[in-house]
Amino acid sequence: MSGLLASLQFSSPYFPVIVLMAVAVGLSAGFVFLSQWVGPKRYDRTKYSEYECGVDPLTTSTVRISVKFFLVAILFLLFDLETTFLYPWAVLYRSLGLFGFVEMGVFVGILLVGLVYAWKKGALEWQ
Amino acid sequence: MTPIAMDTGALVRGLYCILPEMVVIGTAILVLLADLLLPEEGKKRLCHLSVAGVAAAILSALWLGPGKIEGFSGMIVHDGMGLFFTLTILAAALLTLMMATGYSEWEGTQKGEFYALILLSTSGMLFMAEGTDLMTVFLGLETLSIPIYCLVGFHRGRMRSLEGAMKYFLLGAFSSGFFLYGIALMYAAAGTTRIPVIASMMRDARLYGNPVFLAGIGLLLVGFAFKVSLVPFHMWTPDAYEGAPTLVTAFMGAAVKAAAFAALLRVVLLTFPAILPAMSGVLWVLAALTMTVGNFSALLQNNMKRMLAYSSIAHAGYILVGLTAGGVAGGQAVLFYVLVYAFMNLGAFGVIMLVAQREDDGYDIDNFAGIGFRYPVLGGLLSLFLVSLAGIPPTAGFVGKFYLFGAAVRSGYVGLAVLGVLNSAVSVYYYLRPVVSMYMAPAPEGIPVPRPPRSAFSFALCASAAAVLLLGVMPASALEFAERSVLSLLM
Repeated sequence: MSGLLASLQFSSPYFPVIVLMAVAVGLSAGFVFLSQWVGPKRYDRTKYSEYECGVDPLTTSTVRISVKFFLVAILFLLFDLETTFLYPWAVLYRSLGLFGFVEMGVFVGILLVGLVYAWKKGALEWQ
Repeated sequence: MTPIAMDTGALVRGLYCILPEMVVIGTAILVLLADLLLPEEGKKRLCHLSVAGVAAAILSALWLGPGKIEGFSGMIVHDGMGLFFTLTILAAALLTLMMATGYSEWEGTQKGEFYALILLSTSGMLFMAEGTDLMTVFLGLETLSIPIYCLVGFHRGRMRSLEGAMKYFLLGAFSSGFFLYGIALMYAAAGTTRIPVIASMMRDARLYGNPVFLAGIGLLLVGFAFKVSLVPFHMWTPDAYEGAPTLVTAFMGAAVKAAAFAALLRVVLLTFPAILPAMSGVLWVLAALTMTVGNFSALLQNNMKRMLAYSSIAHAGYILVGLTAGGVAGGQAVLFYVLVYAFMNLGAFGVIMLVAQREDDGYDIDNFAGIGFRYPVLGGLLSLFLVSLAGIPPTAGFVGKFYLFGAAVRSGYVGLAVLGVLNSAVSVYYYLRPVVSMYMAPAPEGIPVPRPPRSAFSFALCASAAAVLLLGVMPASALEFAERSVLSLLM
């Protein structure tokens, strides 16, 4: 045991990561078994029915959803990701210099073509 | 903060080395923009624009030449092999787009996004063929795949098309996961994703004996096997090939396969010699299974598209025989066969596209009864392509198979070569079935009138036929080009 303890390198930069992993796995696994062990057990018809803890469903869940929602969602995702790239670029703008400017120009330019295309094709209209 | 040092020369060299890719992507963007401006009746100009763009890309690739140019600090390389595959892929794209002149009118794919998707997918293939870093290969694979998923489902109204797209998308997404996980494990073991660097580390037993590394390369192989549809990872192929618009099916068979085999060849030729004992058995079994299952399943098909789908599985198996053999001879055979297969496949699909009047049941083999004598040119062309696929001289298919199996024998895989020849014999039955139907079956009353091809379509068919015959009769220069390409990779 003492040999094992001695072999642990507490100074290693990865040591906290291992501790974090151990705690995370231990906690999540522990709670599963703990709730099984400590929790009250009442098995009856209501307990086994679907949606036991909720409102009774009013209609079926297979509803047709207009494709407009998907279009907007996809466009949102696209330009949201664009901003994700723009922020770190803006922070490092000075050190990236001209290269960074041109690179981002190409990136935004290609996305701009996409925006123009989507706009002209009527993807942004909501009728 | 100090400015990050930027090497202008290296940047320019990098851009120079991806010139063909940039031309293709630029054309795709132009097509999208032109689609907005052109009126409905002028949409066929989009097709002309795409053809011109791909032709320009071919010229730029030739201009770069076979010399080795590394770009983006070794993420991508334009070398002899890159050039060979770039030309193969671009030729396949060019023929596809030329056939699109007619097909788009008949089947309602005369749309900007159709051409833009084909071009973007082509750019992904080029990146995949020239990537020397596993990450570049992966990015190329994704850029290739996502437009193809959309293209397979392009006929939104047809259930088969949607079904094929869904199956291809789900399995393709899974395979991408396998691929990426394989790269991650290889990175964990080797500390790099550069293919040449990994190859140079392969002499170290600590790497090739490392189970993590072997698991990684296994998963990578699974990812590739999905894309080139090796048995047992082929389940999506018949449905996706049958459901896709026929033009897209032809493109998938010719170009997607070429790109995936390009990257696979780069990985295998460079890294496998060291782990051959562990891997040759795997490749052997994959090749044997793929050939056999592909051919025997094709025997049972009554739909031309499904039959050619299973035949494409079988052909992936033949190509894998060359890959198993490895070395210069194996690599040369693989390169030559991929080129030949692109022409045979596109040609065969081109002819059946003209004869079949409608998707789905138009492609039944019975539909081809009596075509042969009524329309001698079409009958002759289809017979030529099918005979070449079966591997009968004097066509290119024969020369290709000869070199594949020859390489296998020379590397000591005699059993595999025998299996391949037996499989070819089996395949003759189903390749000649449409020919028999065309020439010997009694012609029904309402014999289908093939569509009158546009001039570009006829040109594409004639060019494919000429390539199949020329490469069959005078294969020397193409074989020599393939050999030099492989040597340039191994140097």
